Amino acid sequence: MAEWIVRQLPALVILMPFTAAPLAYLLGAKFGRPIALVSALLSQPLALLLAIRVSRVGTLRYEVGGWGGPLGIDLVVDGVAAVMVLVTTVVGLFVTVYALGYFGDRERYRFFWPLWLFLWGSLLALFLSGDIFNLYVCLELVSMSAVALVGLTLSREALVAAMRYMLAAILGSLFYLLGVALIYGAFGSVDMQTLREVIRGDTTGQAALALMTVGLVLKTALFPLHFWLPPAHSNAPSPVSAVLSALVVKGSFYILVRLWVDVAQTAAFPGASTVLGVLGATAIFWGSIQALRQERLKMLVAYSTVAQIGYLFLMFPLVTGGGPAAADAWTGGVFHAVSHALAKSAMFLAAGTVLARFGHDRIEGLGGLSRRAPATAMTFGLAGVTMMGLPPSGGFVAKWQMIRASIESGQWWWAVVVVAGGLLAAAYVFKVLGPFFGREPEAMDEADLDPGPSPWTMEGAALALALGSLVLGVLGQPLLDLIMVSAPALVAGVTP
Amino acid sequence: MSQTDLYTLAGSTLFVIGLYGLMTRPHLLHKVLALNISSAGVFFVLVGIARRIPGTTPDPLPHAMVLTGIVVTVSSTAFALALAKRIFTETGTAALDASDVDVEEDAGG
Amino acid sequence: MGKVTPKSPLPIRIAALAICAGVGALLSRAVLAIPETESGLAPLVDANLEASGVKNAVTAVLLNFRGYDTLLEIAVLMLATIGVLSLSVTQKGTWDPIAAQADPVLSALARFLAPVMILVSGYLLWAGEHAPGGAFQAGSVVGAAGVLLALSGYARPAWISRFALRAAISVGFIVFIAVAIGEMIAGGLLLQYPADLAKTLMLLVETWLTVSIGAILVSLFIASASPAEELRMRSGGER
Repeated sequence: MAEWIVRQLPALVILMPFTAAPLAYLLGAKFGRPIALVSALLSQPLALLLAIRVSRVGTLRYEVGGWGGPLGIDLVVDGVAAVMVLVTTVVGLFVTVYALGYFGDRERYRFFWPLWLFLWGSLLALFLSGDIFNLYVCLELVSMSAVALVGLTLSREALVAAMRYMLAAILGSLFYLLGVALIYGAFGSVDMQTLREVIRGDTTGQAALALMTVGLVLKTALFPLHFWLPPAHSNAPSPVSAVLSALVVKGSFYILVRLWVDVAQTAAFPGASTVLGVLGATAIFWGSIQALRQERLKMLVAYSTVAQIGYLFLMFPLVTGGGPAAADAWTGGVFHAVSHALAKSAMFLAAGTVLARFGHDRIEGLGGLSRRAPATAMTFGLAGVTMMGLPPSGGFVAKWQMIRASIESGQWWWAVVVVAGGLLAAAYVFKVLGPFFGREPEAMDEADLDPGPSPWTMEGAALALALGSLVLGVLGQPLLDLIMVSAPALVAGVTP
Repeated sequence: MSQTDLYTLAGSTLFVIGLYGLMTRPHLLHKVLALNISSAGVFFVLVGIARRIPGTTPDPLPHAMVLTGIVVTVSSTAFALALAKRIFTETGTAALDASDVDVEEDAGG
Repeated sequence: MGKVTPKSPLPIRIAALAICAGVGALLSRAVLAIPETESGLAPLVDANLEASGVKNAVTAVLLNFRGYDTLLEIAVLMLATIGVLSLSVTQKGTWDPIAAQADPVLSALARFLAPVMILVSGYLLWAGEHAPGGAFQAGSVVGAAGVLLALSGYARPAWISRFALRAAISVGFIVFIAVAIGEMIAGGLLLQYPADLAKTLMLLVETWLTVSIGAILVSLFIASASPAEELRMRSGGER
C-alpha cells in the first residue's frame, strides 16, 4: 500500500480535488461543504509526502498512460513544483475553512464548492504538467473556474469585472496556444524535456516564445496588462479574492518561468529579460502608488497584488547571467511567490471578515477596528510585515535573496527597486493600519450596525495564514533547500 | 506557395482580424465573436502545420489539438455569452465601459 | 437603456491597427519559417497505433496517448456548465420548453428526427474507433437532438429529475476518473489501459462521455436561452 501511494503520488495529488469536484456538484450544496473539507484535509498529507519525496530523491516523473514523453504526457515534480503544490494545498485548506463560515449554507453560493475544487485541481495539474499543450488546457481550466468564481456574487461590478477578466484570459490563452502550435511545427514536440534539447532561438522559436510571453504576461497581469486585475480581485467574494491573488496569478507566471529558465534557456534573449525586469519594476511603483490612492480596503489590497507581481518579474534579468546570482534570484523569486501567497490570502480574508461584518470596506470608516476585531486587525498587521519585507518575515528572506542576486550580478539598480518597493509597501500598509489601531470614528452609526464578532473559524484561518507568512522567515531554510532540488541547469550552475 | 503556407497565413490573418475586433468593438457580443474568429485562426495554423510535409498523411497530433481546442472554445464561448447576457440584464447595456454607451432620450427602458 | 457605440474612438483604432500589424508581421514570418522536414510525433504515433487499441490515429491520440488532455477537457466542459448555471437567473438548468407555442410541423419533425439523431450518434461513437468520429461528435448530435426537442416545445419529461440531469452532466467525467483510478489500483499508471481491455474501456468511457456531452450542450443552450427567464429578467426579476 505504502509503495503504491509513493508510486502514484503525483497522480493522487491531482485526483483528490478532481474527484471531489464533480461529487460536490452532483450531490448539491448540503454535501458540497463536507466534501470540500474532506478533500482539503486529505490533500495535506499527499502534498507533504510529495515534497518529502522530492527532497529525498529529486525529480519525480510520472508517465500518464504509461507512454512517456514525447508521445504521452508526463507529470514532472521538481523542487519548485513541489513547493507550489505545497503552498496551494496549505492556502487551499485555510481558504476552505474560511469559506465554510463565510458562505454558510446560503443557496446562492452553492456553486462555490464545485468551482473551487475544480480550480484547486486545475492549479495542481498546472504545476505538475511537463507538457506545453497540456498546460494550455490547464490554463483554460484555471481561468474559467476563476472567472466563474469572480461572478458568483452576481453584483453589477463583479459581473463586469468577470467579463473583463474572461476576455483577457481567453486572449492570453490564444496567444499561448499559437506559440505552442509554432513550437510543435518547428521542433516537433510539446514535451518540455524533449524541447529542452531541440528548441532554438530561430525565427519561429523567437516568435513562439514572444507570443507565449505576451499571453502569459496578460494572464499574470504584469503592468501595463494589469487592467483587469484590480476590479476582478476586489469585487470577487473574499475567499475567491484570496485564491486569485495568492495562487491563480502565479499559475501563469510559473509557466512563463518554466519556459524561459527551464526550457528555452539560451533561446531566451537577454534584451527581453531586461524588458520584463523593467516592466516588473514599473509594476512595483505603479501598483503601490495606486494602492495608496484607494479608499476601499479590497481595492488597496488588489493594487498591492499588482505591485507584488512586479517583484516576480525581477527574476528574469537576475537569472539570465547564470552563476550564484541566478541561484539567489531563483530562490528569492519563488520564495517571494510563496510568502506573498500566504500574506495576501490572509489580507483578503481579513478584508472579507470586515466586509461581512460591517457591510462596507471603506478604510476611513474602519477606525478603531483593533478594539472591535482584534484578530482581524492583527492579521492585517502581520501580513503587512511580510508585504513590507521586514525581518523576520518570509518577505524579508525573499527580498534579501533578490538584493544579493542584484549585487552579485553587478546590477545594483534592481536592489534599489526592491528597497524602494518595500518603503512604498510600508506606506500603503500603514494607511490601513493607522485607522485600524487609531480612534473609532466620531459618528457611531456604523458601530450600531455591527452584528458582533465573526465566526472564529474565519478570523482563525486568516490569522493562521498571516502567522505562516511570518514564520516562513524563521523556518524557511527547508523550503529554500527544496526550491533548489533539481533546479533548472541555468540556475543550478550545471552546464547543460 | 505551399498548401501549408496558405493555411497558416490565412490562420494568422484571421487571428489578427479577431484581435482587432476585440480591441475596437465595445459591444460584448462583438468581442466574444472576435475571440472566436481568433481561435479559428489558431486552429487554421494548427491544421496547416499538420500538413507541413508534402505528400505524407497528415500529422494526427495537431488534429487532436484542434479537437481539444474546439471543445475548450465552445465551453469558454458559452460561458462568456452567458456572462454577457447577465451583464445586459443587470445593467441594461452590453458594454464594459459606460463611456461606450450613447445615452438616449428614452433612457430607462 | 443605452445603445452601445459601434466602434471605439479613432486613436484606439489606430493603436489597435498598429498592434495588429506588428503581431501579424511576427506571426506570418514565423509560420513561413516552419521547416518542411520536421516530422513531429507522427512516426511515433504510427509505431504505437497497434498498442493503443484503436485504429484511428486521432482517436488514439485523444483517448490513449494524450487521454489526460481529454480528461481535463471534459472538466472544462463541466466547469463551463456550472459557470453558466451559476449565472442563469433561475439557476435550475431545467429542461423547460423554449418555444411558447409549438409549431405542429416542427414538433412532428422533431418527433421523427430525435430518435434518428440518437441512432446517428451511436454510429459516430462506434465509428470513432477506426474512422473520424468519437464521443465529441456523437455527443454534439445528442445535444442537437435535445436542443431541437426543446425548441419544438417538448418539456423535460417528468421522469428526468433535477438530480438525474446533474448526474447526466457529470457522469462522463466521473466514469473517466473512476476508470483512471481503477487502472491505478490494477497496478498501472493513471489512464494506462491494459492492452487487452483498452478497446472495451475506451468504449465505456466514450459512451458515458457522449451522454454527458449531450446533456452539457443542452444545458448550456437552455440555461441561457429560456424565454421564461427572459421575461423574468425584463420585469426586474429575482436578484
